[in-house]
Amino acid sequence: MYGLGLAKGLIVTAKNLVLPSRMMTVQYPDRKVGLLGLSKATDTSILNLLLKDPVTSFKALLGMAEVKENLPQHPRFRGEEFIWYEQRCTGCASCAKYCPLGIIEIVTSESGDQMQEGQKYHLDKFDIDIGRCMFCGLCVEACPYDALHMGSGFEEGQYRRQDLVIDKRRLVSAKKKPSTWFRPQLSSKNYDPQKGKNVKWDGAGRHEKPSLEQQQEKWAKR
Amino acid sequence: METVILRSGFDFNGIYGFLDGFMPDHLDWLVFLATSLILAIVIINAVVLATALLTWFERRLLGRFQSRLGPNRWGPFGLLQPVADLVSLLTKEDTIPEGADKPIFTLAPIVFLVPALIVFAVIPLHGGSFLGRLNIGLIFVIAITSVNTLAVFMAGWSSLNKYAMFGAMRAVAMLVSYEIPMGLAVVAIAVAAQTLGLSNVVLAQDVPYILVMPLGFIVFITAASAEMSRTPFDLIESDSELGAGYHTEYSGAKFALLQLTEFMAPIIVAALVTTFFLSGWRGYGPIPGPIWFVIKTFIVLFVFIWIRASWPRLRIDQVMSLAWKGLLPLSIVNLFVIAIEVFIFNPGADGLSTKELWIMTGVNWTITIIVIFAIFNLLGQNRLKRPEPVISPLANMYANTKVIKRVTDMPEAE
Repeated sequence: MYGLGLAKGLIVTAKNLVLPSRMMTVQYPDRKVGLLGLSKATDTSILNLLLKDPVTSFKALLGMAEVKENLPQHPRFRGEEFIWYEQRCTGCASCAKYCPLGIIEIVTSESGDQMQEGQKYHLDKFDIDIGRCMFCGLCVEACPYDALHMGSGFEEGQYRRQDLVIDKRRLVSAKKKPSTWFRPQLSSKNYDPQKGKNVKWDGAGRHEKPSLEQQQEKWAKR
Repeated sequence: METVILRSGFDFNGIYGFLDGFMPDHLDWLVFLATSLILAIVIINAVVLATALLTWFERRLLGRFQSRLGPNRWGPFGLLQPVADLVSLLTKEDTIPEGADKPIFTLAPIVFLVPALIVFAVIPLHGGSFLGRLNIGLIFVIAITSVNTLAVFMAGWSSLNKYAMFGAMRAVAMLVSYEIPMGLAVVAIAVAAQTLGLSNVVLAQDVPYILVMPLGFIVFITAASAEMSRTPFDLIESDSELGAGYHTEYSGAKFALLQLTEFMAPIIVAALVTTFFLSGWRGYGPIPGPIWFVIKTFIVLFVFIWIRASWPRLRIDQVMSLAWKGLLPLSIVNLFVIAIEVFIFNPGADGLSTKELWIMTGVNWTITIIVIFAIFNLLGQNRLKRPEPVISPLANMYANTKVIKRVTDMPEAE
């Protein structure tokens, strides 16, 4: 009555304008920043920025410098680009057997004539067809040696279907930033694939790496 | 009223006088032509540039009002977005529907645009307007701005499209209705200022008329936002019902012209509101007059965008009833009150003094509150209050009979 409802509506939108907490939009994959935002994002002082990179800082003065923006994401996110450690893999093909879709193809050959304990098969082929993958993570659960981990990416769009098949070469060369899904040894260290460093093969395992003495003891008993 | 002639220098007389010094007398017609051309080019370019900036500003601000960002990718802070829009519109195919009335279809955007540009010739930025001091500015503005009704109807009629036709019919009904309260509000200003010239209206405002006649301000700003068909009165082109309204069939450059005029309208109205109610270029301190004018216009534009972001659209019957039942009585009351006060004070050639204006302010605010209270009680939601529900005799008909009693009193089955 008396137009008070109209005033209420105006106040709601004015709150949207004034309060920064009301802003819902997340900018992705990059956002445009001014000079202050750029110095905050690159963690350098404004003076440093002006001296080091005058072109970018001029762009920033116009508000046109771009800063890459990652979407906030949980460390246990089950994403694409599987992380695989060749050093840990024995070629047992557990992952291929557990895969409900049968999209992992493993071909092995004997690596020597007389196989000893501790030796392993040579992997000729390790293909994962992520075009049909549903990211259930059963292969990661099945791996007895923690050689296969889920990745954390989601930007693996390709123009051709055959490009979606991740072969051994790509698996080896991929960035080793595993998701901590089903890997308590990583999540207990509060590892975050977005911010953390690459994890080497001996750091990704479930168990501590046995020392030389422990190994010698084991071999001696035998 | 003070009769000091303030000269901005950059108006028709100034440029004409400047150019006339170089030319022999028999070439006066050439000087006249050159002056007109210079003024036209400057005004049109300035206004179109301001409109382009307004589209950017409006979209950014609307975004923030709706808790999103608005265009921010193209150019610094998205400032080049209007350029991108323009390129996108101009490179599109300019189609004319089969069966359309081609000459009128082509003419409509021009008829729409030209009056909007002409209005800027008389708006006083400092002292005088670009045309000098037009002594019938009020009548000129009212006459010129109502031409766009014709253009909207031309566009809707010639498109051979039922939605365009609906939009055009609504436009004619609505715009013609809102002309009347708007005109009456302007008449009240003419009565109070004792003049028809826009710059004289500003000179008469020792107290801004938004304080002197709040009722007139409310009526004018409501009617004006209906005239330029913006939310909450944008049912001419209500996209949920009509597609796009009268410009459904337009594309390419013609559509660009229509959109340009649509976005120019708020600037015109804001400039008029500034002139009529916010005492135009007059301000305080060392800031020059045109800057004050732009600041005040900007504030009015902000309010328009704020309203657009907040309020829902009215239905066509609500719009018409608001015009005839709400604004028309308000504007008549406003005109009568102002006229009686001017009659009592009986100002001479100097107009109303500041003291008299302050007295009028006190009286008019009281009257405004009373009148608005009355009109809300007459037309407001009291009339629409939901009546007490009466229980139908048919429903629940056995409530008090013995039959039901017997059922409820029945011993529980074992």
